[in-house]
Amino acid sequence: MNGLEIDFKDIIQIVTVICLATITVSIGLLLYRVIKGPTNPDRAVALDAIGINLMALAGLTAIMLVTTRLNDVVLLIGILLFIGTIALAKYLEKGVIIDRDMD
Amino acid sequence: MVKSNDLILRTMTVLIAFILFGFAVYLLLAGHNAPGGGFIGGLMTAAAILLMYMAYGTTTANKILPINYRILITVGLIIAVGTGVGSFIFGQPFMSQTFDYYHFPLFGELELATALIFDLGVYLTVIGVTMTIVLTISNDRE
Repeated sequence: MNGLEIDFKDIIQIVTVICLATITVSIGLLLYRVIKGPTNPDRAVALDAIGINLMALAGLTAIMLVTTRLNDVVLLIGILLFIGTIALAKYLEKGVIIDRDMD
Repeated sequence: MVKSNDLILRTMTVLIAFILFGFAVYLLLAGHNAPGGGFIGGLMTAAAILLMYMAYGTTTANKILPINYRILITVGLIIAVGTGVGSFIFGQPFMSQTFDYYHFPLFGELELATALIFDLGVYLTVIGVTMTIVLTISNDRE
């Protein structure tokens, strides 16, 4: 009777650890693309994906520690990532990030 | 210089900048008991202002927000130091802090701490320093 019962907390714990490990490997591979990447757009896309993986890491840590304090952190990383990606995209397209005059 | 089509960015900036300002004020007020505080709130506000600069260019953004950010540094530092010196009036050591609970209409019971005033100084200083650095770097050409 006891052997068949599955503890829900154990499942959450195992899945969280597996996801953390997978995301760590993913960040490592993306880091290789950032350093090696043949062209600059490759690096921009890889940096964007690293930011998304960081948000996932913060969310998984919040699940693991059973806290709501990290929800702000996820939102914060998302906003800063958004600004950074826009700046990188503008630099790749135009060469300037803050133009003096836009007509 | 390539003429680019950034209609989506310009339209969304109007919306997103105000969401960012609201989030920054939330972070400022949530500080010293929860994640947040003056520093990260100031960074968030600087990010919102920077988004407006990136979408609309220096000339238009200066017209929208005619603020000299170097003066903002001074005001923030004066507020922060004033909070520390103000504790001498009550015969306490430098940088002492206190808090109390007050009742407000509409909000109910709220905790007000003197650390919030110090956070406000930090907030203004961080906005001033960040925007001064960014605008100085972006202006060095031509």
